[in-house]
Parts: sequence; C-alpha cells; structure tokens
Amino acid sequence: MIKKEMIAMLLAGGQGSRLGVLTEKVAKPAVSFGGKYRIIDFPLSNCINSGIDTVGVLTQYQPLLLNTHIGIGIPWDLDKNEGGVTVLPPYEKSTNSEWYTGTANAIYQNMAYMEQYNPDYVLILSGDHIYKMDYEVMLDFHKANKADVTIATMSVPLEEASRFGIVVTDETNQITQFEEKPEKPSSNLASMGIYIFSWAVLKEALLAKKDQNNCDFGMHVLPYCHEKRQRLFAYEYNGYWKDVGTLGSYWEANMELIDIIPEFNLYEEFWKIYTKGDIIPPQYISKEAVIGKSLIGEGSEIHGEVQNSVIGPNVYIGPGAVVKDSVIMRNTVIGSNTVVDKSILAENVIVGNDVVLGSGKEAENMSKPKVYAFGLVTIGEHSVIPDGVKIGKNTAISGVTTAKDYVNGELPSGGVIAKDGESA
Amino acid sequence: MRAIGLILAGGSNNKMRELSNKRAIAAMPVAGSYRSIDFALSNMSNSHIQKVAVLTQYNARSLNEHLSSSKWWDFGRKQGGLFVFTPMVTADNSWWYRGTADAMYQNLNFLKNSHEPYVVIASGDGIYKLDYNKVLEYHIAKRADVTVVCTDIDGDDINRFGVLRMNEESRIEEFEEKPMVTQSHTISTGIYVLRRRQLVEMLEKCAQEDRHDFVKDILIRYKNLKRIYGYKIKDYWSNISTVESYYKTNMDFLRPDVREYFFRQRPEIKTKIDDLPPAKYNPGADVKNSLIASGCIINGEVDNSVLFKNVFVGNNCVIKNSIILNDVYLGDNTHIENCIVESRDTIRANSYHYGEDGIKIVVEKNERYVI
Repeated sequence: MIKKEMIAMLLAGGQGSRLGVLTEKVAKPAVSFGGKYRIIDFPLSNCINSGIDTVGVLTQYQPLLLNTHIGIGIPWDLDKNEGGVTVLPPYEKSTNSEWYTGTANAIYQNMAYMEQYNPDYVLILSGDHIYKMDYEVMLDFHKANKADVTIATMSVPLEEASRFGIVVTDETNQITQFEEKPEKPSSNLASMGIYIFSWAVLKEALLAKKDQNNCDFGMHVLPYCHEKRQRLFAYEYNGYWKDVGTLGSYWEANMELIDIIPEFNLYEEFWKIYTKGDIIPPQYISKEAVIGKSLIGEGSEIHGEVQNSVIGPNVYIGPGAVVKDSVIMRNTVIGSNTVVDKSILAENVIVGNDVVLGSGKEAENMSKPKVYAFGLVTIGEHSVIPDGVKIGKNTAISGVTTAKDYVNGELPSGGVIAKDGESA
Repeated sequence: MRAIGLILAGGSNNKMRELSNKRAIAAMPVAGSYRSIDFALSNMSNSHIQKVAVLTQYNARSLNEHLSSSKWWDFGRKQGGLFVFTPMVTADNSWWYRGTADAMYQNLNFLKNSHEPYVVIASGDGIYKLDYNKVLEYHIAKRADVTVVCTDIDGDDINRFGVLRMNEESRIEEFEEKPMVTQSHTISTGIYVLRRRQLVEMLEKCAQEDRHDFVKDILIRYKNLKRIYGYKIKDYWSNISTVESYYKTNMDFLRPDVREYFFRQRPEIKTKIDDLPPAKYNPGADVKNSLIASGCIINGEVDNSVLFKNVFVGNNCVIKNSIILNDVYLGDNTHIENCIVESRDTIRANSYHYGEDGIKIVVEKNERYVI
C-alpha cells in the first residue's frame, strides 16, 4: 500500500477579485510575480524543498493558465511515479454535484485523493502568499506537541488583525481561543492559512461538517475542532510572508524585491524557487538603454529607460520609453517614447508609441474604488493600448482598445475601459 | 523515425588555450545561456530525431553534468533517448577513442542495434540551426552515399577546416583536410548524413585497416569511389573551437539579426534550466549593448559584453568588450577589457585585466568570501 507521511493540499481555486483585471481571466495563484515567477511557485517550491512530494492542487476559477503552468510538475521535480502533483478540479458525482463551495468543502470533495496515499498528516496550503517556509520544521513542532491541528501564525499589527483569523495561545503555544476576522481582536497572532492536520482528525471533522454550507476552515472546521477540545497549536513563523491580495500589496511586494538587500531574497542558493523556465535566452540591453535599480527577466530587450521596476521575461521596451516604479509581466511590449509610471501591466500586453500611463492627478476610481486605488494603472492580460493616448491614475484597462475608446485621446484618472470578449 | 543522431563531442585542442583545461569544447558556454552542444542537440530534437548518442572523451565532467538529464531537449522518451558514450575498457579493446571513426567503431553495437535507416553525424562545437530532414531529403534525392553539409566562409580561418570543391551537380570532387593554401572557400561543417548500414560497413573496413579518422580515412579516401555530395547552408553557422572564433561567436549575439534568428525565430534552442532569479540591477549599474543572463547582480559598468549566468559585478567595475563566464565574482573597482573570464573565477577588488593584442583569458582561483 502506498504510504506518505504527509501530503499537501494546495487551495488554488480562488479568483482574487481584489486584483481587478489581473485576475479577470487568470486564477490568482497563476498571476506573475517578481518577474519570472507565478504566485503558486512559492508554495510549490516550499513543498519540494521541505521534502513533500505529493501535492494536490485544487483548482476551480479560470484554471487554463494554472494547468498549463503546473503540467505534470516537472519544474518542481513533482513528476513522480508515486505521488507528485495532481490537479484536482471539481467533478460531477452521481448525486449532489457541486462546485467547491468553501475551502474545507473543496478538501472534503477530494477525500478519495487523500485516502489513496494513506497519510499521517495533511498540510493545507493556499496558493496566494509569497513566502519561504520549511513545512518539515512545522511538522516536527506538530509532532512534538502531539497536536491534532497546528496553525501557522505570525504577528500582525493590531489594527490589521481584524482582516485575519486570530488565535489566542497559552504559554505552551496551545490555542485557547479562536476568532475568525474579529471586530475586536483579542490578540495580534494571525493565522496564515497554513494548517497541519493529523489525518484522522481532519477526516472526522470534514465528515462531521459535510453538510455545512460553504464549509470553510477558518469559519467552521477549526472552531469545530476547538469545540471538541482537540489539541490546536500555533506555530509561530517569523520570516517574510506577504499576502498579495490587493493591487497595492502586490505592487509593494514586487517593489521590495528591488531593494539592494531585499528582505525576501530570491538569490539564496539553498531554498530555490522553481518555475516553468520556458524562456531561455539572455536579456539584451541596448546602447541607448538606461537601467536603474530593477529586476529584469530572461529574453527581454531593453532599448529605453527602466527605473525601480520589475520587468518579466521576454518583454520589449522600445527606444525613448521610460518605465518607472512599475511591474511589467512577460511578453509585454512597450512602444517607443512611451512613459509608464507606477503601473502594473499583465502578460502579453501591447502598448503603442508615445503613450503616457499614470499621468495627471489621482482621482477615485469610478467603478471599484477599493480595488483600483493606490494611484496605480492596471492593465489586464492581452490588452492593447493604441498610440498617443494618455491614461490617468487609479485606472484599469482590459481588452483590445482603439483610439475611439479614449475621449480626447485620454482616459482620465479613475476611469475604466473594459472590452471583454473583444480581445483576439 | 528515419534517422538516429551521433554527436562527436570528444575533442579538445590547444587553440582554446586555458579554456579547454576545464571542459570539452562541446561544453563551452555560448551566448549567455547556452552550451555549445545545445545547438546540435536542439537541432536533432527539432528535426524529430529521437535517439541520439553523444561520444565524449576529453574532460567530460562538465559535459556529463550538462547532459545529466535528457528532458531539456525532449529526449526522455520511451522511444529513443539520449546516450552518452565514453571509451570503455572491454575484453577486446583497451584504447581510448583514437579518432572520430574509431569513436563510432567502438560503439558499433549502438549503430547495429538501431533500426532507423539513416544516421546524422554532427559535432558539438557548431553554432547553427538546421533541419536535418532537409539534408536527408537532399541526400535521398541525390542518391548519395554520404552527404556533407558545407558552407562558404572567408578569412584566413579556412585552414582549420576541411576544404572542399563541388562540381555543378554538387558532388564533392576535391576534399582536403586543413590545407595550408587553398583556392576554395567552401568548408565542411562536420555534419554528415548517410545510411546506417553504409556507415557500419565503412567503419568496419576502416578498423580492419587500423585507420581511425572519419574525414581523412573515410571521406577523403572514398570520395572518388562513393557518391559524396555537398549540401550548402547559407544561414548562420560558426565553429567555436579557437579562442578568437569563440569570442567572435559570442559577440555576434549582440547583433540584432543573430538574436532574432536564434532567440526569437522558431524552432528554439533548448538548454538545461538552472532556475535562477531574474538579473538584478542596483544603483551604479550602467549597462550598454550587452547580453545579461539570469542570476546576475550588477553594480557597475558593462559595455559591449556578454555576461553568463550568476555573474556578480561589484561597485565601480568597468567591463568592456569582454565575456564573463558563469558564476564569476568581480570585486569592486575591477577593470576588465578585451578578456574572457573563466567560469567560477573570483576576481579580487581593484584588479586590472586588459587584453592588449588579442583576447586575454583570465583564470584566477582566489578564495571567495561570501557573506
């Protein structure tokens, strides 16, 4: 019988709607990060670096890019004869077919997958955080405490604590109280959404809660375990961990990589982050290019100026263009003499010549003021921006736009152009 | 599948100077991200040849490391695969490979046990793209016994190649190996196509006569007896087996047409993936007309140069017209001009290296202190 001590279940089905047009056609875990990576590369690399070679990836929202990226797991050495990576979409059943309605419900629907590996422990991960973590150390902690459930936690500023699941612990790190997104948090120890369950405990809890609507770990399963007086422990993590759930935090996390000695260091030999390395050639920096503090990916051609930016692989930046404080994802083309200021450009975008991105004064976004804030310009994948237009701050564009879409050649701050279904 | 592939990657020569102390020529890093043998291997794979043997002998550690998995070139298949053959002591042979023909002869069983009717032979030191199927079609159409892929070159470099002359039907009439003086500008690229049984027969005959070289002892001797044809290629082709040509080939990639041809046009050249982070530019970086591979961290000036993977350039460095191989650490205030810096070198701060007449090869084995 196959036996794996610990397997991982990676929740990658979420949309991440606060990333706006970036996740319009792409699941959040598949969004590019730090030039060549995608967000899901971080938990997947953590798995293989921690010695976990069996990973189920639960997908639901827009899985095409995610599936293509994961493939059979070659980049992470997860192409195994026994175990390896398995993509787990929701599936039809003879009775009661449903989508994944919540985090715990998704895991419940894949009971058979977990069962076949006969695990002692199951690690629950989410595919939308940037961090490096040795799950084996967390497992040792779990075993040492004879815990039923171990929750990875970290201290967050108290004023932000109400965004998280908050735990209160005693001096032995055992959890005495559990609050999901409390209005008045009683501690600042936040759950990172990373759990180790002893298999029997997880199975029992999922079966007990199987009829719960939108069954969620934080809302239902953990409180259930807590009520049953099972041993819940908080594993405190002190390294770099970033939730890139909003455009602002996504942009900020990218910018942090450019620091001379970044807090989150990609250049360490011993904990490599793996990704699908489909672009091989070196980058070319031309005679007229000016490169300031930046990260630039493989195969890019830079003829213009790049300052304080993260440039993905296979990007072209034309002569005379100026890119500042921006994130540009793979295969995107920036025309000549175009100015890109504090913008996020998704993959395969074409920006014409003499365009200005991020001009003028800030104004609140007219359709989603909470999403398109931070003064950013956000351009969705496969968008086209015609020559000579001006685009203000807190704006979003998706789809193939033409000069006709810009009144007086301009999209003022706070504006949105969404041309869904027209991108060819 | 119609053909199997053989890549002759055993060679070394003193024209590579210190660079060949460390590796076979086929393992030389090229164009920032690749190694020389990637071009032949990718051409094989892109031509749908599924079974390829690499014959290697000289200083093969670096090459073996590069070939440790066949998946990068898509050879990890049930049908076919990538084979690396080094010389072996057996009951009836205790020789190293004594020449190209001998290298193939010592692996005759590989040839005999294959079922594909044709063999494509290539060398590991050519930088080019070629669909070998086109050569094979030509070979069949000409009813040739051997087809030699050739190209025209100019310059005094010609005397390091096999020089040939074809008649109007492209049959090779003259073939001289490394002549001192020659009228022709057409050279053999070291790529051959022939029937597998024909090759086996020729190799066996050659071995009986105690001859060992494929060009001297087979091609040149048989040229009037067998139908040997030339297939001329006009696209980019370069051989890197001298320091000067190695330097020039790398610098060629700073040309937009060469980059377009190798980096953008399909099919692409594949290589082992190293999972390095993107190149990082810190304040003080000033890069012009250069190729920069992934994993580099740049704090200084780089002009008209090729930086391979994982190069660290310290503050106030000046790098001009140079090639910096993989994993080199350049301390602060270093000046490197007209040089090739050997891989894994650690150059101390304030060093000065200048290739006065020609290319200087910098090999320093300083201790590296990393924080």
